[in-house]
Amino acid sequence: MYRYDAYDQRNVDERVAQFRDQTHRYLAGELSEDEYRPLRLQNGLYIQRQAPMLRIAIPYGNLSSTQLRKLAAITRKYDKGYGHFSTRQNLQLNWPALENVPEILAELATVQMHAIQTSGNCIRNVTSDPFAGVAGDEIIDPRPWCEILRQWSSFHPEFTHLPRKFKIAVNGAEHDRAVIQAHDIGLDLVKNAEGAIGFRVLVGGGLGRTPVIGKEISPFVPWQHLLTYCESILRVYNRHGRRDNLYKARIKILVNALGIEEFRRQVEEEWIHHKDGPGTLTVDEVHRIADHFDDPAYATLPADDLGFEQKRVENKPFAAWVKRNVRSHKQPGYAAVVLSLKKTGVAPGDITAEQMDLVADWADAHAFGELRVTHEQNLVLADVKKSDLFALWQKARDAGLATPNIGLLTDIICCPGGDFCNLANAKSIPIAEAIQRRFDDLDYLYDIGELELNISGCMNACGHHHVGHIGVLGVDKNGSEWYQVTIGGDQGNDAAIGKVIGRAFAAAEMPDVIAKLIETYIDNRHEDERFVDTVRRIGLDPFKTRVYGEQQTQRKVVNG
Amino acid sequence: MAKLIKNGRIVSDDWQIVLLGEDGRAEDLALPAGKVIVPLSVWQAQREPIAARQGEIAVWLDGSDDPAQIVADLAALPLVAIRFPKFTDGRGYSSAALLRTRYGYTGELRAIGEVLRDQFQAFTRCGFDALQPAQDRYTDEQLERALASLGDFSAPYQRSVTETEPLFRRQQRGLAA
Repeated sequence: MYRYDAYDQRNVDERVAQFRDQTHRYLAGELSEDEYRPLRLQNGLYIQRQAPMLRIAIPYGNLSSTQLRKLAAITRKYDKGYGHFSTRQNLQLNWPALENVPEILAELATVQMHAIQTSGNCIRNVTSDPFAGVAGDEIIDPRPWCEILRQWSSFHPEFTHLPRKFKIAVNGAEHDRAVIQAHDIGLDLVKNAEGAIGFRVLVGGGLGRTPVIGKEISPFVPWQHLLTYCESILRVYNRHGRRDNLYKARIKILVNALGIEEFRRQVEEEWIHHKDGPGTLTVDEVHRIADHFDDPAYATLPADDLGFEQKRVENKPFAAWVKRNVRSHKQPGYAAVVLSLKKTGVAPGDITAEQMDLVADWADAHAFGELRVTHEQNLVLADVKKSDLFALWQKARDAGLATPNIGLLTDIICCPGGDFCNLANAKSIPIAEAIQRRFDDLDYLYDIGELELNISGCMNACGHHHVGHIGVLGVDKNGSEWYQVTIGGDQGNDAAIGKVIGRAFAAAEMPDVIAKLIETYIDNRHEDERFVDTVRRIGLDPFKTRVYGEQQTQRKVVNG
Repeated sequence: MAKLIKNGRIVSDDWQIVLLGEDGRAEDLALPAGKVIVPLSVWQAQREPIAARQGEIAVWLDGSDDPAQIVADLAALPLVAIRFPKFTDGRGYSSAALLRTRYGYTGELRAIGEVLRDQFQAFTRCGFDALQPAQDRYTDEQLERALASLGDFSAPYQRSVTETEPLFRRQQRGLAA
């Protein structure tokens, strides 16, 4: 993974000093609440329901074991001994004291970490594929490009006060695992007919209040021009994006208002002035950064490991875990392991300091000292020998990190919701837990198969409900909490926005509603058809009838 | 006399900033005596009286004003100001960068309105050489201390108006932290 040079270190150290001074001036009354707000937000610090919340950047989800141990130590010293991995591959602490935050940032800087631009109306932490560098379907490794974008976007002087937040995601594989179609800029690494590397650029995607799938602005921007092209998009957006209405300020609204052709024209007109200028990337710089992402020192191994295969035959729970939580790897004899943070009874994405220390140990013992965070809120050890899998599984199982449910109904994406977040209209964690409890039978879960269930506590959509096969959105109706259900959403290459099935439900109804949706699928599915495929084929009506039809009948009975 | 920061030092000057009231008509605004900075609409509506006072009248742009509109006037303007109605309205950064890099403006470029010290370095990197916080926002002593903000970051990554090349072209990178 990327290691800082002297300049990177200087930048984060100077940022710590700057924020220390800003916080000092705020506490001394020299900075007003309004003046301090964007400064703290651009250092990841929110003022929340219970306490401040600090969002620590994990650039494109990459972490070292040293960094994870530091995070564990920080949660013990300044928080309540646990953290929450977010859908943007970051880590959130729910209980830090505001006056300690400069010190937390100083500690992070000692392990090449920060909280820069994890919030605020600026370019946010760049996100990417958690299987980058190891996936069999990878065309080009996205990580060097993510790092190039991280550096370019950090403290960009022209774009520190954009109309609204700005999210960039990069994919380099055949199957998009970075949800690039739901980002302000989605970058798809491609090779053209001559074999040159470049980017298919999408713009104006996003979830939130107005979910939109990104539109292609360019089929191919050669790699040298990545930064000047992005700069041109950002400048058009900074100058012309709406600033009169918070809810209409994202770039998607501007792109829709102008139309993609006119938006493209304005960007291209701007780009003429930047293209081939000093912002153009150099071969040397790309190599310097890409060298950090060279393959680790893999052992030469046979593709199959006999000991591993034997354990799989002998041990059913291990086999189930391998089936759900272990992914193939480009290197013979290796596999990528997903550690599930979706154990029933634990808030999705939550991890204790003890678990962090354990995962750091496993990363050192089995995965070259590195790990990744997924936007589905799990962890990945990307380079594990197949011969180590059984031992790793035993350790993970004992630590509560081996729930064999990756990609299944209980692998729920879930925002912190009304238990923690100021913005939320409704709680989300208890809904996730109630659904997990209802579907705790593993055989039934496996029979249901691949299903993405995403829950957001409000329309800001941190839980990505729009792109869940089943999406649940918390809404406020006259001061009480209700839940609206969508089906048919999807992430990846066939990204789609789910459709609302009808009126919202009370929290207590939610497990039954999900159960009815699942029953409808099981009754109607063809062989090898996932839930979302069945929804696409038969439409919403059979699901609606099952969910609402019976309820209406019951209501008539009650009404007598 | 207003206090401001010019080329990194605290100075005072007597430029007067003129705002147009909500119902005000640009052509009717009476220009006060002395050195005044007028809104773009007044600059455009009163070309003749302004021409008669060359060197005394400057123009300020709002976030929504396209700097392309004053390109022909740049040589005759003693000063261009860009107004930040709120410090969170970042359009003026792009306007400044455009004036410096695309339209070749080399005269004084002044940030006015909600100009806060925590934005000082971003302002200068986008091409402002004069920063005028709202009157009474800072005490003299606070403004002295605020000069430090101009150097918050000593090796920025990106190219900008003040660093014409990105860090990877300016410096040999990769030396251990």
